Amino acid sequence: MKIRSRPLKTRLQLIGQYAAHYGVLCAIAVICVFPFWWTLVTAISTEGNIFAFPPTFWPKAPSLENFVEVFNAIPIWSFFKNSVLIAVFTVFWKLLLCSLAAYPLARLKFRGRKLVFGLILATLVLPSEVNFLVNFITITQMSLVDTYTGVILPNVVTAVAILLLKQAFEEVPQDLIDAARVDGASEWVIFSRIMLPLITPWLATVGILTAVESWNEYIWPSIVMSKPDEFPLSVGVLYLRGTFGSSTRVVAAGTLITIVPTLLAFLFTQRFFMRGMDGAVK
Amino acid sequence: MKPVHRRTLQAWLFLTPALLLLAAFSFWPVGYGSVLAFTDYSLIRETRFVGLDNFRYIFNNEMFVSGLKNSLLFLLMVPFVQIGAISLAVLVNNRLPGIRLFRAAFYVPVVTTVSVVGIMWGFMFHEQGALNYVMMTLKLVNAPVGWLSNDSLALFAVMFVTLWRGLGWYMVMYLAALQSIPSDMQEAAMLDGANRWQRFWKITVPMLRPTIMLCSILSVLAALKAYQEVDVLTQGGPMNSTFTALYYAYDQGLKHLKLPRALAASFVVSLFCIGIALLCLRYLKPKHR
Repeated sequence: MKIRSRPLKTRLQLIGQYAAHYGVLCAIAVICVFPFWWTLVTAISTEGNIFAFPPTFWPKAPSLENFVEVFNAIPIWSFFKNSVLIAVFTVFWKLLLCSLAAYPLARLKFRGRKLVFGLILATLVLPSEVNFLVNFITITQMSLVDTYTGVILPNVVTAVAILLLKQAFEEVPQDLIDAARVDGASEWVIFSRIMLPLITPWLATVGILTAVESWNEYIWPSIVMSKPDEFPLSVGVLYLRGTFGSSTRVVAAGTLITIVPTLLAFLFTQRFFMRGMDGAVK
Repeated sequence: MKPVHRRTLQAWLFLTPALLLLAAFSFWPVGYGSVLAFTDYSLIRETRFVGLDNFRYIFNNEMFVSGLKNSLLFLLMVPFVQIGAISLAVLVNNRLPGIRLFRAAFYVPVVTTVSVVGIMWGFMFHEQGALNYVMMTLKLVNAPVGWLSNDSLALFAVMFVTLWRGLGWYMVMYLAALQSIPSDMQEAAMLDGANRWQRFWKITVPMLRPTIMLCSILSVLAALKAYQEVDVLTQGGPMNSTFTALYYAYDQGLKHLKLPRALAASFVVSLFCIGIALLCLRYLKPKHR
């Protein structure tokens, strides 16, 4: 912005505009981020009353005491491992099965293609929020209650992932596929050796989105897993609140342990999130 | 085998695992669930069809009826979410220094698990919490307010948290749409002497129309189906004032093991969703040029 080259009045006006712009941005940012900040302050402070007027918005006598307390109070380390386990397997199976499904939809002409595509789109408008009621019956009948397979299975195939990967496959130039076919490569070889490596950035996008989604999922794992030792973090953190309701500082510390991995993943891979949305809209 | 048939077979082999899982966990629950809503299904006895009994029960049940009303009340949020998200997207659609940081800040609530959101806003809404302090300092209220314990306020507190969680998601949708508007259109309008306000209404809004339609429908459906925030903030209380229709389904199905009632409730919500989505499609359809 070439502010200097303009007359004083316009210059002041411009500066005023920027100040107002940043003012509004900061105000909204505070509303979005403040609960996190306050939780952090509560978790690392060890002195004073949390709920008092005026509240402490800056850490007092900071230490990691409360975090140590979390480790003593609940098996948070196994919660953490459980969350990682669920996320890793969900990502693996989703990438495998959804790219397998997306490839023929993008690149093969076959009978029933439109029908399958329509069915996959239809799942987007189905009222899926309460699927867990019947899915729990299904999981029970498959004897998968209290297993991670039970938590993972319903989340492996999603329409959004198939659509994103389908779009990725469509962007690969046809020449590459034709050349491989001329050389006598089978569809499987074309898929696994040529197509998959070419769409790695999209696989990464779907992978990171899925990992965060899986990490954050709360209702379904809380239904499937009944033994506290086997909870993932998102469920375990509420269990912590239920068990040690009085010790707010410890709950705040547990909360931070739960969200730090997703926050880091998000901050370092922001563009994946923006791109994932972009693709989903198309 | 003919090559055409072979290719069809191959394609179906690629698709089968994904389709099986979709059938089992996306289609089956909707179909089977709709059937069970008309039965007295339970694990301990033979299942019988009971016609509309479950529906009669829930419509005579105060918790469900007030829950359904609350779910409809949630629709009030839709314009706030959409106008808020569009404004945010316009505010961050530039290259000012630090703008990526602001985008990230607005999106952070979206990547936070709902259980943590419940805990954090539980702190915020506490009678001696930060929100009451700020409100009292600004002289907006005289005495601490029980945001989650007052039965006429709790629902609005829950609605606010849903808004807080959703805003960033829609912002990114609008941001993507804004960035796909060709900049020469704006420049041409600028040369013609259109001011910022005119450019926003005459170019930006019409170009955003499809996105506005999509996001509004998604937001309406999300509002009707809200229940997770209720679970982590109030569990339906105080005095059942924050029950939503789906929270009733969740509560009956999982905590009281009355599955048919729960499914009947979710069936009713689905009908509302379908109806409203059709209405939206009809009246918000992009004009043909």
